[in-house]
Amino acid sequence: MYYAFTNGEGEFTLENLLAFFSSADTVGTLLYSFGVALATTAVSLLAAYPVAFILAKGGYKRGSTLLLLFVMPMWINFTLRMTALKEILTLLEGNLAFHPFFNTILGMVYDFLPFMILPIYNSLAKLDDCYIEAAQDLGTKPFGVFRQVLLPMSMPGVVSGIMMVFLPAMTNYVVLDMLHNSTYIMGSLIGSYFSTYDWNNGSLISLVLLLIILVFSLVTGEFSGKQGAEADVSGFQKGM
Amino acid sequence: MDENIIELKHIKKCYEKNKPVIYDFNLEVKKGEFVTFLGPSGCGKTTILRMIAGFEKPTQGEILFHGKDISALPPNERQVNTVFQKYALFPHLNIFDNIAFGLRQKKMPKDLIREKVKHVLEVVDLEGFEKRSVSSLSGGQQQRIAIARAIVNEPDILLLDEPLGALDYKMRQEMQLELKIMHRELGITFVFVTHDQEEALTMSDKIVVMSKGVLQQTGTAEEIYQSPANAFVADFIGESNIFNGKKVTGQTVSFAGAEFPCRDAYPAGTLIDAMIRPEFVVLDETGAGRLKGTVISSVFKGKHYDITVQSGKNEIIAQRGAGMQVGAEVGVDFKTEGIHNMPRDLRVNHMEGILDDRLRLRLIDGSIPVAVSRVFPEYTEKDGKLYDAQGRRVFTEGRKLEVFFAPEQAQLSDDPEAGCFQGHIVDIIYKGDHYNYRVVSRNQVEYSVDDEYLWNVGDFVSVIVRQEDFMYHDPSGQNSRIRG
Repeated sequence: MYYAFTNGEGEFTLENLLAFFSSADTVGTLLYSFGVALATTAVSLLAAYPVAFILAKGGYKRGSTLLLLFVMPMWINFTLRMTALKEILTLLEGNLAFHPFFNTILGMVYDFLPFMILPIYNSLAKLDDCYIEAAQDLGTKPFGVFRQVLLPMSMPGVVSGIMMVFLPAMTNYVVLDMLHNSTYIMGSLIGSYFSTYDWNNGSLISLVLLLIILVFSLVTGEFSGKQGAEADVSGFQKGM
Repeated sequence: MDENIIELKHIKKCYEKNKPVIYDFNLEVKKGEFVTFLGPSGCGKTTILRMIAGFEKPTQGEILFHGKDISALPPNERQVNTVFQKYALFPHLNIFDNIAFGLRQKKMPKDLIREKVKHVLEVVDLEGFEKRSVSSLSGGQQQRIAIARAIVNEPDILLLDEPLGALDYKMRQEMQLELKIMHRELGITFVFVTHDQEEALTMSDKIVVMSKGVLQQTGTAEEIYQSPANAFVADFIGESNIFNGKKVTGQTVSFAGAEFPCRDAYPAGTLIDAMIRPEFVVLDETGAGRLKGTVISSVFKGKHYDITVQSGKNEIIAQRGAGMQVGAEVGVDFKTEGIHNMPRDLRVNHMEGILDDRLRLRLIDGSIPVAVSRVFPEYTEKDGKLYDAQGRRVFTEGRKLEVFFAPEQAQLSDDPEAGCFQGHIVDIIYKGDHYNYRVVSRNQVEYSVDDEYLWNVGDFVSVIVRQEDFMYHDPSGQNSRIRG
């Protein structure tokens, strides 16, 4: 905080702030990071939900063992896994530079998928089958059961999964560095300032990032908290 | 009114291959009836209910709904709604949305939904609860909402899966009454599942008593209570004294060491289980009566006293308006109209096996040595081989043989090696001077054993039968019935 609003001589200044938002480079990085994180979250959510659903409700006797298979890669060092992925992709694509964005998202999703699967799996596994049966019993078709019962009831898991993927994805520069050969992400931007001992600019960017994260978690927190209240109000109006 | 709304025909259900939990179940339910499935836990009553609802498919058999087979129809296409044991109210929806859930699936106009929900909340006595959340309701209130959510869809059949199990005694009695009233006012067919016999007797038009996947008896509350079909039903419903007995003549029966007059159509010589409800037991302080006994306990129960009398080896329970001194010598007799005779299950303990080359009979649960002299009196045995009168070798390998033992000839032991068959006790019936146990082996074979010692349901025991107590019968007719 202190560093963010002072210059090299320790005097108070807003110059760092202005510099951050006036430079096309830094703002561009911010937007790009945001985009990467968003895409990562979306792709891992789409991939994780069916996996978690099958593991939790597919009727497998060893669902938890299967889950372990998905979680096990987390025990191997992340950089090592990226190196392996890099090798595989190089083998398949020839040159990583052909599909930089695709490679980045793939690497990110590979890295973050377990963090998405676990909370969703937990919330689905806790969900008693009698709710599904009750919905069927009341005449709901299979897709309706998913949309009206399973999805809303597993929402807490989905929200915490998003939190656990989106926020770290904003600053994860290793994937980008290794698979994209780029440093066009917030994490590496901060790193580049700090490595040249420019504490002031680096701190400011960290602070900006922190604010974004704060806003984001407020929004998701608000969203999951509001659900009940909204339903109450609508029910009241309909009930009148 | 006489139309069958639902018919179950030869229903069989296996979760694992060849291990049926429901055997050949048949039932007809008329429109507007209040039918109760009654049985101990694990008897298959909930499985039947789930098959009617569509959550399970029968392995064999048909479920006819208005005469059409619906056994393959998914639950959402059936005109049936369920009240679940755990209520299963959606926690993410408020009361209004919970009740409106089924109506919305039918794409009903909003005004109509609002009207119907309002009306059904009046039916269950929870007006103005629309905007409340599920978690803010008590158990009894959740119960009513669950019923409201089901009946708002105006189903042809309402299925209730032990819906009152989670409520306390007072609340349960109140709900029983309300369900009964609801049933009368709505005219919907109710199918109710419970293990509580009092609940079943209070509420139902028709009671279906089940045990271990088999239908034991169907009838009105009075029929089930006054003339149970067998010892299991008699023991499960209400208090009863059950004795092993035998018809002496057409009008008399002997049990508990005396002869009593009786009114039934069984011929002389029939083996029966005699059942007497405690209210039909007459105790006399002056000692008059066919049996004599000593009072061993007298317990005040509000409207009456429960009195237990020891008569010889038998314990007899009686109900009386006045208490008695413990230790008093009394005469015991049974009112003729209270003696109900039930034919003994004669199929039990009958097994079929195949002879092997070492003169042992191979049965499902293992093999037993064969008493050669009784099974093949015309042959002689030497060194484990059979020879006929001319001294020629006879081969009996592969021949089928039926074997039977009487429950009273068998004994139980907790040493698995001591007996011929091993299994878990699944059922106990007290019969005056001993207990009748049903033992089911790993291969689902059921044995009936009389033992005077008390074991518990679930105990792992072995069944001891002495070799001379086995009775053989050759199904091929080559040998006539051979008795030991």
